[in-house]
Amino acid sequence: MSTQTISKSNTWKGGNSPFNVSYGKLMMWIFLLSDAFTFSSLLIGYGAIRYSFPSTPIEQIDELQLSFAENVQEKFANGADAHHGEFFIPALRDSGVFSEFQWPSPDLVFNHFPFAHGLHLPLIFVSLMTLILILSSVTMVLGVEAGQRGDKNEVTKWMFWTILGGFAFLSCQAWEWTNFITAGATPWSNPYGPPTFAALFFLVTGFHGFHVFSGVVLNIVIFINNINGTYERRGHYEMVEKVGLYWHFVDLVWVFVFTFFYLI
Amino acid sequence: MSSSVAHADHHHEETFLSKYVFSMDHKMISKQFLITGIIMGLIGMAMSIAFRLQLAYPDTSFPILEWFFGSKWAPDGKLDAGYYMALVTMHGTIMVFYVLTAGLSGTFANLLLPLQIGARDMASPFMNMLSYWFFLLSSIVLLSSLFVETGPASGGWTIYPPLSALPKAMPGSGMGMTLWLTAIVLFIVSSLLGGINYISTVLNMRTKGMSMTRLPLTVWALFLTAVLGLLSFPVLLGGGLLLLFDRGFGTSFYLSDIYLGSAGALEHTGGSPILFQHLFWFLGHPEVYIIIMPALGITSEIIAVNSRKPIFGYTAMVISLMGIAFLSFIVWGHHMFITGMNPLLGAVFLVTTLIIAVPSAVKTFNYLATLWRGNIRFTNAMMFAIGLVSFFISGGLTGIFLGNATLDIQLHDTYFVVGHFHIVMGCAAIFGMLAGIYHWFPKMFGRLMNKPLGYIHFWFTFISAYLVFFPMHFMGLAGVPRRYYAFTLLPEYGVWFDVNVVMTLAAILGGIAQIVFLYNFFSSIFIGKKSGTNPWQANTLEWTTPEERIHGNWPGEIPTVYRWAYDYSNPAYDEDFMMQNVPDEGVEEELFETSKTKVNKSAKKPKPEAVTLFTLIKNWLKPNTI
Repeated sequence: MSTQTISKSNTWKGGNSPFNVSYGKLMMWIFLLSDAFTFSSLLIGYGAIRYSFPSTPIEQIDELQLSFAENVQEKFANGADAHHGEFFIPALRDSGVFSEFQWPSPDLVFNHFPFAHGLHLPLIFVSLMTLILILSSVTMVLGVEAGQRGDKNEVTKWMFWTILGGFAFLSCQAWEWTNFITAGATPWSNPYGPPTFAALFFLVTGFHGFHVFSGVVLNIVIFINNINGTYERRGHYEMVEKVGLYWHFVDLVWVFVFTFFYLI
Repeated sequence: MSSSVAHADHHHEETFLSKYVFSMDHKMISKQFLITGIIMGLIGMAMSIAFRLQLAYPDTSFPILEWFFGSKWAPDGKLDAGYYMALVTMHGTIMVFYVLTAGLSGTFANLLLPLQIGARDMASPFMNMLSYWFFLLSSIVLLSSLFVETGPASGGWTIYPPLSALPKAMPGSGMGMTLWLTAIVLFIVSSLLGGINYISTVLNMRTKGMSMTRLPLTVWALFLTAVLGLLSFPVLLGGGLLLLFDRGFGTSFYLSDIYLGSAGALEHTGGSPILFQHLFWFLGHPEVYIIIMPALGITSEIIAVNSRKPIFGYTAMVISLMGIAFLSFIVWGHHMFITGMNPLLGAVFLVTTLIIAVPSAVKTFNYLATLWRGNIRFTNAMMFAIGLVSFFISGGLTGIFLGNATLDIQLHDTYFVVGHFHIVMGCAAIFGMLAGIYHWFPKMFGRLMNKPLGYIHFWFTFISAYLVFFPMHFMGLAGVPRRYYAFTLLPEYGVWFDVNVVMTLAAILGGIAQIVFLYNFFSSIFIGKKSGTNPWQANTLEWTTPEERIHGNWPGEIPTVYRWAYDYSNPAYDEDFMMQNVPDEGVEEELFETSKTKVNKSAKKPKPEAVTLFTLIKNWLKPNTI
């Protein structure tokens, strides 16, 4: 019905008015607004539960990290080959940070990197994940821009990179989960501290991961449609923009998840 | 118009299935919502009569109960205590979600939005169809929980943990609760699909000339209702997700330090059941307005049409709807005054709650001012609309009692609360829905409903509703707690036994009145008087469609709109109404001006004034003299 032809956007003058949209794009915006409330409810629930636990005092964290790094190096210098959880956590448990009563410091929980056993690398891996997801958003922007120019091959190229980025992110998340689970974490138990920490981690990152997965599936559908020339025949690439909106939203949500679960 | 041709091409062949079952026509979908809602409403009402019998005659045996519920749930004709709780829970769930949310919004948003804004159908007819089917699936799942061995969910419609979070807490917490949650997740999907559709339809599909400030108030109300649903149901989804994890995966989001008689001390630590209450009531309070706002919108329309007067203070009505919609998100704490919340926070919620009285009072006074010296036609719809105003006032006043934290601590969980919300949200919304059914029945089925039967239905329903719910306030003030199975062992409440009998008899009377309605509704579909295109001499666009209700609504072009929806009894015109799609002939067009305008035949059509907040307020302040 209301097929809106997309003019060449004068990007630096603000582009097309965001309110001049077709009903399909409007629906995507409205859905994202609704989804934002779902994520907010989960993150606020996270905040409420976390607030009921005391967190590690900030001045202790540096000290703990130092001792933790030394501890790690020492153990591996002695040739210990077992997994980190069993060896290093008890030492820190004595200092209180991984106790049942204290919310664990993410710096000490998420300090692993593939193929780098025995090194203390706080939040390096998750930063890489974040970088991958943000880069995939950049390629999505380029794909949308190519669609606005009506350049089919460019759209194919950038959609391919976006899908690859999505898969890379999901793989990273799978590794992160595996690592956390092999350390002994389940929804009802957590070697690093209160079980609720693990439960919330699995729930929220899992819910986000499910969104990323859905986004990748949508991207693949768009990718195939584009190769088949559906949008070329239709005369516009609005579908690319719509999944682009969704993809950016998922990226934005990750920024919040990253902030709440890893940074603070 | 190219799209109408396309429509005609698309829909020329319709089988029974595509026309009545898997229909994508918004008018058919609205009928599907309505019929499903009526069936759910009957089930909910039957449940209420069953547990009212128990409350009035706790020691009497009713063989019909045993015949109906079986000897497990009603041994010797007496309702089982656990099953009493289950019935109360299911009654609340069905009435709140399935009748007054989906049944009311689903019916009238689907019927009226495209017709009143001048669109051929919803923005996405396919999603609209999905919305109904998810709703039907959800209803079936919910009803199926009545038949599981351990019985349906029985922890109250608010499903507070730990009763809902521990599958072993009580019989209804097992399979019944799982089915309840499944049904609600399906319901949320349905409401999301519907809401997205309603909002984008209103924003994007209005016909030429239909500015937002010319929308009928029904459209405004349904639009804002959709916004409320869109923003509040996701939070229940989030809360429900945490609850599902607690039930199925051993997490402790809502659980901490629990000792269960059968299982000993549980291993859950670290959660808080209060968190669930916050998440639930963040939905739960907007939900109240999701229920009442469509009814208020319907009432605005019906009162204006049947008073033959412009609605008083159109802009004030719109702004107060917006105010109610906004405020409804920041008052949820008033359901939780006794959870030990910080008194300062309680005071904040108290203030925001009482502020809602202002837009509500604006609406009430505008209804009364519209009725004032109107040329009132007491049609069936009008009776129910006036009934809504009555309930809205008497229920709204008790809301001010309950909004006060100090009083609420005394009245919490007593019959005062039950009386309050049944009058202001139950009866008022049901009356709005019935008013809408009587008013738009000709648009749905092309026939009129029987008027004398409608009056009988109205008076019996109205009187029985007050007889059932008004005494509850006195019981609540005396401290009678809600959710009690029987008061036989509590002699201090003995003085209320007789009142309970009166209430139950009134409830049965009300139930019988609904049978009159059902007969009227279904027989009028086939033998009602033909209505013609515009039986109520109303202005809005739905009455410009032809009698045979075609897919695409208008056979030719979509009508263009030249004026607002409430041009009744304007002395500039010969008739006492002027439909929105009739072009001006020299009558100067002014946005909200309904006073006698100068007839100036030579004048060019003036450029419509740009609508800004300033002009809105300016026009609002302008006196609407008739």
